[in-house]
Amino acid sequence: MTVYAAPGTPDAKITFKPRYENWIGGEWVKPVKGQYFEDISPVNGKPFAEVARGTAEDIELALDAAHKAAPAWGKTSATARAAVLNKMADVIDANIELLALAETWDNGKAVRETLNADIPLAADHFRYFAAAIRAQEGSFAEMDGDMTAYHYHEPLGVVGQIIPWNFPILMAVWKLAPALAAGNTVVLKPAEQTPVSILVLMELIGDILPPGVVNIVNGFGVEAGKPLASSPRIRKIAFTGETTTGRLILQYASANIIPATLELGGKSPNVFFSDVADHDDAFYDKCQEGFALFAFNQGEVCTAPSRALIEKPIYDKFLGDAVKRTALAVQGNPLDTDTMVGAQASNDQLEKILSYIDIGKQEGAKLLLGGERVDLGGDLTDGYYVQPTIFEGHNKMRLFQEEIFGPVLAVTSFDGYDDGIAIANDTLYGLGAGVWSRNGNVAYRAGRDIQAGRVWINNYHAYPAGAAFGGYKSSGIGRENSRLALDHYQQTKNLLVSYSEDKLGFF
Amino acid sequence: MSVIETNGIVTASVTVAGETIPRVEFLPVTVELLRKLWVQYGPLMIHQSGGCCDGSSPMCFPAGDFLTSAQDVLLGRLDIAPAGGGPQVIDFWMSAEQFEYWSHTFLTVDVVKGRGSGFSVESPEGVRFMIRSRLMETATPFA
Repeated sequence: MTVYAAPGTPDAKITFKPRYENWIGGEWVKPVKGQYFEDISPVNGKPFAEVARGTAEDIELALDAAHKAAPAWGKTSATARAAVLNKMADVIDANIELLALAETWDNGKAVRETLNADIPLAADHFRYFAAAIRAQEGSFAEMDGDMTAYHYHEPLGVVGQIIPWNFPILMAVWKLAPALAAGNTVVLKPAEQTPVSILVLMELIGDILPPGVVNIVNGFGVEAGKPLASSPRIRKIAFTGETTTGRLILQYASANIIPATLELGGKSPNVFFSDVADHDDAFYDKCQEGFALFAFNQGEVCTAPSRALIEKPIYDKFLGDAVKRTALAVQGNPLDTDTMVGAQASNDQLEKILSYIDIGKQEGAKLLLGGERVDLGGDLTDGYYVQPTIFEGHNKMRLFQEEIFGPVLAVTSFDGYDDGIAIANDTLYGLGAGVWSRNGNVAYRAGRDIQAGRVWINNYHAYPAGAAFGGYKSSGIGRENSRLALDHYQQTKNLLVSYSEDKLGFF
Repeated sequence: MSVIETNGIVTASVTVAGETIPRVEFLPVTVELLRKLWVQYGPLMIHQSGGCCDGSSPMCFPAGDFLTSAQDVLLGRLDIAPAGGGPQVIDFWMSAEQFEYWSHTFLTVDVVKGRGSGFSVESPEGVRFMIRSRLMETATPFA
């Protein structure tokens, strides 16, 4: 067990700067209007740094820098770009503790996650796309003996990216890595709830990139995100967030006739077939953990398994065991490596979660565990902590239909395979799902029948680079975390070449 | 249009076909904030979001900024004008598919301390709109 010292205290491994500027053209640039906002740590509810409050003027500066850098960066060899990505990965690996602490302090998540998942995955993500771009080949087709169609991957140019607050560094890297590998330059806006950790990352890796290849402008959605998303100077916009803003971004994209990729969340079913309880063994234990993973990252995951569907014959036993198992989750100081459940990312998130617990009770759902805000006392008394909470209810309840984005699970039973699949698919969303069974045929069929872009079978919440991630239905458009993402950052150039001296003969 | 009650709550007009009771209200603190934003941004609209991160929250935009369509339901219209002032009507929208799952609940728009809510116009103020819900008296959603 290790309890890291809070940033800025004598033994701390990180001390934040009092103020962070925008990162534009390879330099720290003050916001044009000279305004700043406070970054609040969810760990203790207190501000810890000031951050540039960017506006349309700053977005324009960033776009200027990105456009200046784009022609040269787009013409670098894949070999050279891959080398840059690998170098950034090495620097991340060499600074895991520092970045993990920055992320935990900015977002509130437990440091065991940032140390073992967020930051190592970010490094690996750069390496994956370094490899993917090296291995990518164009294609050609022989039209006839004298004519060949060659297909080249070309970058789009300057792209815009808007990042969510739940995995600030990892989600930024999910978007940056394919964009940079493909030869684009980027203007990126972090979430205003978690603006600093990405800047700490840029302090480390910014100089590895040529100036202007990556530009970071912080600020509020309406003041900085909107001018970026609606700019006619970007060739693509990528966004992770919610449905209304997703639609708005598609609207802006349609006005500029550019592609948009969207990841808009989910209400993922976690389906437990009765055979999981055939034996009380390691696999049963794994299934129990799979149930409790709804509280991973405080439930602030787009794919959180927030609906547990348990087959009737094992419902009482499995649920009883699982509630006991969840109750063992250690909630506490996010800087303690023993802590499993940390703080919610913001005050409004905390309020929203509590409002859902309230509507769940009104709807008649039965509270089986938790349901309250937690006061951890001492320095953490003003932090945003919520108990892992389990409700039993009906799939038509709002509790079962909305992404609460907190450690709140809605549980119900199903009666046989068809009923299970019907309930699993009775949702607007289709991002993630879990299927648990000892019967490979059942697990396979369920995985294919559930309308979601990612179905974990006999595991959950693994995010290895190379496994495509993205939504069906209202969960969005596009795929990340896989070489498929390169397609979203490239356009196809076709050279249609005649090797004949013969004229066409029409004129 | 809408009814301003003596306690400062603004209740929506009924706009869903076939219905007779309102579905949405603004608390006094909400009305006050919306009036301030109206001065800054001009006429406003609200679209209730679903999904990830900042989702499941009412998003406030300059009127017309968000294009609604036949895939949206107008839940009500709310006039935030002070007594004697010209009308300041805010339309409250939700996507039709989301309404299917929300229709049994009455929505109260509150304001909480917070930061960040997509492109909604209140976030620079250090606050955000939030929905509080209660069951509609007439709804039988889980029959």
